[in-house]
Amino acid sequence: MSERIAPAASAATPAAEAAGIHKQFGSTQALRGVDLTLDPGRCLGLVGRNGAGKSTLVSILSGIYPADSGEVRFDGRPAPPLGNVSAWRGQIATVFQHSMVVPGLTVAENVFLGRQPRRAGLVDWRRMREQTSQVMAEWGFRIDVTQPCANLTVEQRQIVEIARALAGGTRCLLLDEPTAALERSAIERLFARVRQLTASGVAILYISHHLEEVFEICQDVAVIRDGELVLTGPASGLSKDDLVTAMVGPDAAATRADLTRAATRADLTRATAAPAADADTDAPLLVIEHVSAQSPGGRVRDTSLQVLPGERVGVTGLLSAGVSTLARIVAGAAPHESGRVLLDGKQLPPGRRDLALRAGVGYLPEDRQADGFVPLLGVAENATMTITDWLARLAGFLRPRARAAAAAPLAAALSIMSAGPDQPVGELSGGNQQKVTAARALARKPRLIVAITPTRGVDVASKSLLLAELARVTAETGAALLLATDELDDLAICDRVIVLVRGERFAEFTEPPFDREALIAATEGITRDGTAGDGTRGDPGSPQPAGPQPASRTDSQPNSDGQEPR
Amino acid sequence: MTEPGDSGATAVADLGRAEVEAVLQGRSRRTVAVSLIREAALLPVLVVLIVVGKFASSAFLTVSNFSGIGEQISALGVTVVGESLILLIGGMDLSLEGIYGLAPMVAAWLVVPVAEFGSGTRLSPYLAILVLLAVGAAVGTLNGLLIIKGRLNGFIVTLAMTIVLAGLQLGIVKGNTLFNLPAAFTYLGSASFGAVPVSFVVTAIIFVGVGVFLRYHRTGRAIYAIGGNLAAARAAGIKVNRIRIGVYITGGILAAIGGLMEAGRVSAVTGQQGYQEGIIFSVFAAAVIGGVSLKGGRGNMVGAATGVILLGVVQNILDLANAPNYWIEAVDGGVILVALILARVIGGEATAE
Repeated sequence: MSERIAPAASAATPAAEAAGIHKQFGSTQALRGVDLTLDPGRCLGLVGRNGAGKSTLVSILSGIYPADSGEVRFDGRPAPPLGNVSAWRGQIATVFQHSMVVPGLTVAENVFLGRQPRRAGLVDWRRMREQTSQVMAEWGFRIDVTQPCANLTVEQRQIVEIARALAGGTRCLLLDEPTAALERSAIERLFARVRQLTASGVAILYISHHLEEVFEICQDVAVIRDGELVLTGPASGLSKDDLVTAMVGPDAAATRADLTRAATRADLTRATAAPAADADTDAPLLVIEHVSAQSPGGRVRDTSLQVLPGERVGVTGLLSAGVSTLARIVAGAAPHESGRVLLDGKQLPPGRRDLALRAGVGYLPEDRQADGFVPLLGVAENATMTITDWLARLAGFLRPRARAAAAAPLAAALSIMSAGPDQPVGELSGGNQQKVTAARALARKPRLIVAITPTRGVDVASKSLLLAELARVTAETGAALLLATDELDDLAICDRVIVLVRGERFAEFTEPPFDREALIAATEGITRDGTAGDGTRGDPGSPQPAGPQPASRTDSQPNSDGQEPR
Repeated sequence: MTEPGDSGATAVADLGRAEVEAVLQGRSRRTVAVSLIREAALLPVLVVLIVVGKFASSAFLTVSNFSGIGEQISALGVTVVGESLILLIGGMDLSLEGIYGLAPMVAAWLVVPVAEFGSGTRLSPYLAILVLLAVGAAVGTLNGLLIIKGRLNGFIVTLAMTIVLAGLQLGIVKGNTLFNLPAAFTYLGSASFGAVPVSFVVTAIIFVGVGVFLRYHRTGRAIYAIGGNLAAARAAGIKVNRIRIGVYITGGILAAIGGLMEAGRVSAVTGQQGYQEGIIFSVFAAAVIGGVSLKGGRGNMVGAATGVILLGVVQNILDLANAPNYWIEAVDGGVILVALILARVIGGEATAE
C-alpha cells in the first residue's frame, strides 16, 4: 500500500487534463470547449453559478458521462474507457457534497468498498483493517476502522471518503462543495488536510461557492460561466470582485428583458384595473411574526415579514439559508417551532396545508416531481385537485366534464400543451408539468401565492410564461406573491426582495430593478463593498443601493459557515 | 364560493376551453376504448376457462353451478373490494383475513348458547351483525392509527394483527365450531332470489357502488391522488391522513361483511375461517390479476371483479373435475401465476384506471 500513496514523482506532467471538452444535453450546450489542467501538488478552485457547467465537468472528469468531443488525460495518458470504473477510480476520485458512505458498514469496509482484499476467495478482513489503519495513520486521520460509519460525524464520513480515494491509489481528488455540511472548526481541519495532500503532490480540484475559501486554500482559480472557462489564473493575482464579475458576466439574457416587460405590463394593469388592491395597503395580508424552525432544508431563525395585498415579495439566499423552509411554513407544508403566521389577521395553524389552502394560500412546491402532481392522473384532474369541493355537486360527486371545463381556462392561460385534459401528467414535459402544478396553485383563486423556485428545471419559454402569469394573476386579482427562489432572474417580477442568510433576514432591496451583484453579495452575507454586513434581524430597513441592471441568479449552497471573509 | 372559470373568462380562455373540450371528446373516446380493451383482456381467458369447464364436467354449464359460483365468490369479492381500496391508497392489509374470521366468530359467539360453546348472552342476531361490523371497523381503525399516526410498517402491523385476530378467534370458543346460527344471521350468505344468491346481489351492489364512488366522488378521486403521489396530494390540500384511516376502516368493515357471507354459506363459524384457510392470498391474487397495483394509485373495480370471477371459475372447475385434493393447491397457484403473467402482458400501465 505504502508505495501507492507515496508522493508522485513527476511534477511536470499534469495529474489530470481536460482538453476541448464539449457536452450537450438535448438542446442545452452544457460545456463549450473547456480546457482544464490539474497539476500535482496544486489546488485549483472552480467557481461558477448554478447551471454554469460545474457538475457536468465534474461528471466528465470522474468518468460518469462521456464528453461529446474533447479528451481527458491522466498523467499524460488517455483516460480509461468509460465503463471501466475501477480504472477511473485509480486515476481520479470525487468526494461528493452528500456523503456516499454506506452507514451500516464499518470504516474499513467503506474504504475498501467494491475491492476488498481477498484470500482464498473470501474477504481478507485482517488485511483490510490493517491497510485501512495504515492509510489513516499515513494521513494523520484518527478513526477506529472497525466501527460502523453510522456512528461517524459528517466530518469523519468525509475523511472515510477521502481515505477511500487515497487507498485506491489516486493522485487526483475532486472535492465537490466539501464544506457544505461542516461546522467551522471542521472546515479548518479539512483545509489543513487539503494543504497536507497538496504538499504531498496530490492534485485537487476544489469546487465551492464560497469565494473566501477558494482564496484561502487554492493556488489557482478557474471561473466557469455558461459552459466556458472565462477566467483562469493564480489566486494571488485576483480579487473577489474579479471573480464575481466573471461569474455574473455581461448581461444579455433575453428572458430577463421579457420578464422586465411582463412585470412592467403587470404593474400597468394593476395601476389601471385594480385600484382596489392598492386601496387597503395599510392592512398587510400576510404577517410572519418571529418564526423559527429547524429543517433539513435550512433553518429559519426569528424571521418576521409582512406582505401587502397585491404585493410581490421575493425571498432569496443560499439554499441552506432557510428560503424554501420559510415559504413552506407560510404554505402550511412545513411546521414551525415558534412564532406565528397570520393571513388577514387570522393565525394559520402550523404545518396544516389543508387549512392554509382553504384560508386562501396557493402553493407551488419546490420539487414538482415529489410534491407537484400525481403522474398517473390527467391534466384536468391535477389542475383542479385543489377545488374538488367547488366542483362537487350533491354528496361530493363530481362530473369529469365539470373538471375539464374548470381546467380549460387555466390550461389556456398557462399554455399547457397536452393531448387533452385526460392525458396523464407524468407523460408531459417538465415545463408543462410545472405549468400544471402552477394551475393547481392558481385554481382556487388564492389571495396569497407561495411559489418556491417555480422556474427550476424549466425551459426558457415556459420560464418566462410562468413568471408572466404569476405577475398577471397578482396584478389582476390583487393576490400577493411570496416568491422564494435562488434564481435571481425570477426576482425581476418582484416589488421588493428579502435576502436571508443563515435563516435570518440579512438585507432588503426595495427598488426594482435589483442590482444582481449586490444581491449575490448579500446572499453570501457580505455587503457590496466586500465587508461583512450585520444581519438586519427584525429591522426591515437597510435597502441596498439599487443598480441599473435587474438581477441574475446565484448559486446556492447549504452551508452555514464561512460566509464572512476570514 | 364562486365557480372557477366564471370570472375573467376572456375570449382567449373561451377559445382554449373550446379547444380543450374538442380534444377531450376525442381523448375520452380513446381512453374509454383503451380501458375497455384492458378490461376485456381477461375475457378470452374466461372464455377459454368456460370451454375447459364444459369438457371437464357436464355439470359445469348449468344454472345451479353458476349460482353456486356466485355464492362462493361473493365473500371473497367483498373482501377484495376492501383490499383494493387499501391498495389504491398505497397501503397493504394482511389482517383482512383475520377480520374475515374473527368478526363473524365474535358475533356468532354472542348469539349461540353456552352449551354450544357460545358466550351465553344470547344476543339478537341483528345486534350481533352490528357487533360484527363494529369489530371490522375497530380493527381497521387500530390498523389505520398504528400505520398512519404511529408510522409503523403496514405489512408488519397487519401481519401481527392477523395472527392476533386468528388467536382470538380460536381462543373465545376454545377451538370449537359454532353451529345452529339463527336464520337472520345466515340469511346474507345462504338465501337466494330464485337462482340468484342474495350474497351475489349484495356483492355486485358493493362493487358498483364503490366503483362509482372511486370514479366520480371527490374522496374517491382523492384516493387515487393519495396512492399516486402522497406528497402531491398533501401539497394540494387533501386531508390525506383522514382519508387513509377511513380507507382502512372501510376495508375492515367490508372484510367483516365477507366473513358474514362465508359463515352463512357454510352455516357455521369455524376456527379455520379466514387466517387458517389463508384467504388473503386469494384476495391479493384477485386484486392483482384484476390490475390493482400493489404500489398504489392504479386499478379499478371492473378489474377487481374480473379477477374475483376468474379465480372463482378456476376453483369451480377444479372441484368439478375431481382434481385430486393433494394437487389442488399446486394447480391453484399455477393458475394464479399464469393469470398474473397474462394480465401483465395484455394490460397496459398508461393511466390510473
